[in-house]
Amino acid sequence: MKLNCAHVWSYISEYIDGTVDAQLRLEIEKHLEHCEICSAILDSTRNILVLTADGRTFELPVGFSERLHTRLAKELLAAKNGPSGLESPGSAK
Amino acid sequence: MRQPDAGMTVQNGEKELIARILAGDTDLFHELIRPCERMVYLTVLAMLKDEAEAEDVTQEAMLKAFRALSSFHADSKFSTWLVAIALNEGRRRMRNAGRMPIETLDEQPSGETGDFTPAVLTDWREIPLEALERKEVRHALVEAVGQLPMIYRQVFTLRDIEEMDVRETAQALEISANVVKVRLHRARMLLQKRLAPLLKAATQPVRKRFFWSTK
Repeated sequence: MKLNCAHVWSYISEYIDGTVDAQLRLEIEKHLEHCEICSAILDSTRNILVLTADGRTFELPVGFSERLHTRLAKELLAAKNGPSGLESPGSAK
Repeated sequence: MRQPDAGMTVQNGEKELIARILAGDTDLFHELIRPCERMVYLTVLAMLKDEAEAEDVTQEAMLKAFRALSSFHADSKFSTWLVAIALNEGRRRMRNAGRMPIETLDEQPSGETGDFTPAVLTDWREIPLEALERKEVRHALVEAVGQLPMIYRQVFTLRDIEEMDVRETAQALEISANVVKVRLHRARMLLQKRLAPLLKAATQPVRKRFFWSTK
């Protein structure tokens, strides 16, 4: 099978994830060797994924963890004071 | 990048932690959820698109998970279970607010993945790697992910931001593995299409070299 550009585009994601079979991988690589357009699309997609996996790109809001663990600590304390801890007014401090 | 063996070790450590929490050492719940915070938050944010609400839903989901911990069965990873709880909570919020989670909008019945045209920029590869270090480039990516249709944003968040595998992503989102793959491909291609020109503009004016073959 001779792959055209549109075919290659449709497999880019699976190609990056390494889930295309060996035969198809070979065909794609053969195409990439001589097609600058598809190579550039592959590179740009990979660059985006590198950027995505960079821990600085998608961050938690400032103070997120503190707020979460403070709220959780209250809940844990209430639970320690017994199953009815949530309902009895004196138990949750 | 994640080693399969490392995954197993994490899962074993997780099991032990859960057993100790259930045995009464409840403060360990803080440690149990720490590695999952960003994953839960970003997944809920992908659904609700509101930071304050996503934070609140994340907190609620963590509390629910604590209360329901004894019903967690280790047939899935704790993080997958947690994300599923958070998504349920998110859906509940949307329903209560009269917002419908539009899960199937723009899902192409054909399942074909070749129905898009990527941004064709052969000079992308000439963008220096340092460009990826720039803050505005990261901002552009965050923006672009925010503009994806929700079903793609969710899959992209779990697979590519949080590096969850296909099976776990399918489990957390209650969709098939194949749908995960199709949505991920679309998400990546939509991002490529949107970001390639933006990134080009955000970096130096590269002299175009027309070296591609004529076809």
